[in-house]
Amino acid sequence: MNSVNSILELLSINPPGWGGVLLTGALATLLISMGAYFLGMVLGLFGAFGKLSGFRSIEWLLQLYTTVVRAVPELILIIALYYAGTDGLNRVLALVDLGPLEVNGLLAAVIVLGFVQGAYMTEVLRGAILAIPVGQLEAAKAFGMRPALRFRRVILPALIPNALPGFANLWMGVVKDSALIAVVGYQELALAARMAASNTKQYMVFFLAAAAIYLTITLISNQIFTALEAYYRRGQRALA
Amino acid sequence: MDFSWVASYADLLVRGAAITFLLLSISVSVGFALAILLAVAQLGAFFPLRWLSRGYCTFFRGTPLLIQLWLLYYGLGSYLPFIPGLRASFLWPILREGFFFAALALTLNFAAYQGEILRGAMLSVPKGELEAARAFGMSPGKILRRIWLPRAIRIALPTFAGEVVLQLKATPIVFSVTVMDLYGAAYKIRQDTLLVYEPLILVTVFYVGLTFAITQVFQKLEKSVPSRR
Repeated sequence: MNSVNSILELLSINPPGWGGVLLTGALATLLISMGAYFLGMVLGLFGAFGKLSGFRSIEWLLQLYTTVVRAVPELILIIALYYAGTDGLNRVLALVDLGPLEVNGLLAAVIVLGFVQGAYMTEVLRGAILAIPVGQLEAAKAFGMRPALRFRRVILPALIPNALPGFANLWMGVVKDSALIAVVGYQELALAARMAASNTKQYMVFFLAAAAIYLTITLISNQIFTALEAYYRRGQRALA
Repeated sequence: MDFSWVASYADLLVRGAAITFLLLSISVSVGFALAILLAVAQLGAFFPLRWLSRGYCTFFRGTPLLIQLWLLYYGLGSYLPFIPGLRASFLWPILREGFFFAALALTLNFAAYQGEILRGAMLSVPKGELEAARAFGMSPGKILRRIWLPRAIRIALPTFAGEVVLQLKATPIVFSVTVMDLYGAAYKIRQDTLLVYEPLILVTVFYVGLTFAITQVFQKLEKSVPSRR
């Protein structure tokens, strides 16, 4: 086993140590997760309203989207979408006589994970919208609110507390799923740790360090979501 | 779409499917046994065990499975040869394989999630039933065995199917530690034939089919368990 000193040296921020690489990886993980999370939220919002829209064809299409994405292993989805996405883009570019494009790894990761998140978000938001008492929506309509105003003043404030537990789960999920991006070769935290580990042969040290960083992210997020839910449930009767 | 390769790779695919199924069954069954210990330890009065099991669940639920797998395979795996006598023992051929670490990581991970669920289920067993058992003079061990655990498992049963499906969907990453599971087979076919989508589509159909089978089996199981709501 190494002494404490040499482990600290390995993890130091400055170049002989690999701490800087790990932290850059952690930043990439956070960026990917946040990007995918917010993209997923937007997709989920459209998906939820689409599913509740009453148009048969849209509902059927969205049902297909959420079912397929939730039934297929994430790793396979990520790899298939990653290749299909870049491949498709380059084919379109070739049609309009532009050469192949090197797709930005971060952007691709965000889009792929965001697409997966969108399916789960659709279900969370659909449930949260359905849990709003119908009377509140009818009252808003009776006051003559336009749909946009109704969404902003009534639906959104009422759905946030319902959706928050699901949002929290999905955030934890996307942080952990972002590690799968390592498999397609984008250097986020997991791949950074693997590179540092294989360069120094100190596998235990670097994977434990990466695990500690992931754990810090999830534990802090947990606190934030607990606080958020307490804030948005203010004035509501305590559950059970 | 070109599926002419299927016949020549049928062997690899079938073996891959068997390995995926084996990993799933090992991790679910051993993980469930471990989860019972974790849940009981978390509710127990002995605080070192309580802290240990709580820390275990937090760690395994708060970090990606990929990191856990690599930590075990590369990290723990690099220390194993230094344990005296292990290299010569009959266990070595098993401990050298990626499959062992894949099964270990999946099991430990499943146990953490399932342990947390069981803990919640044990807490929601009606107090009156436990008091009745105590009034009958049952020992704590007997209460656990006869009343508390069976009731908790019954309460947790509906979520169990979902957890098993999630576990199935987590298995493909074992290919990153050289295990030739179903996804590993698809990966190899892609390298050999340069076909990207066809192998992925084929294994996806298998995963979705197995998911469907799992949900059917658990629906049967749920119906066979008597319950009153």
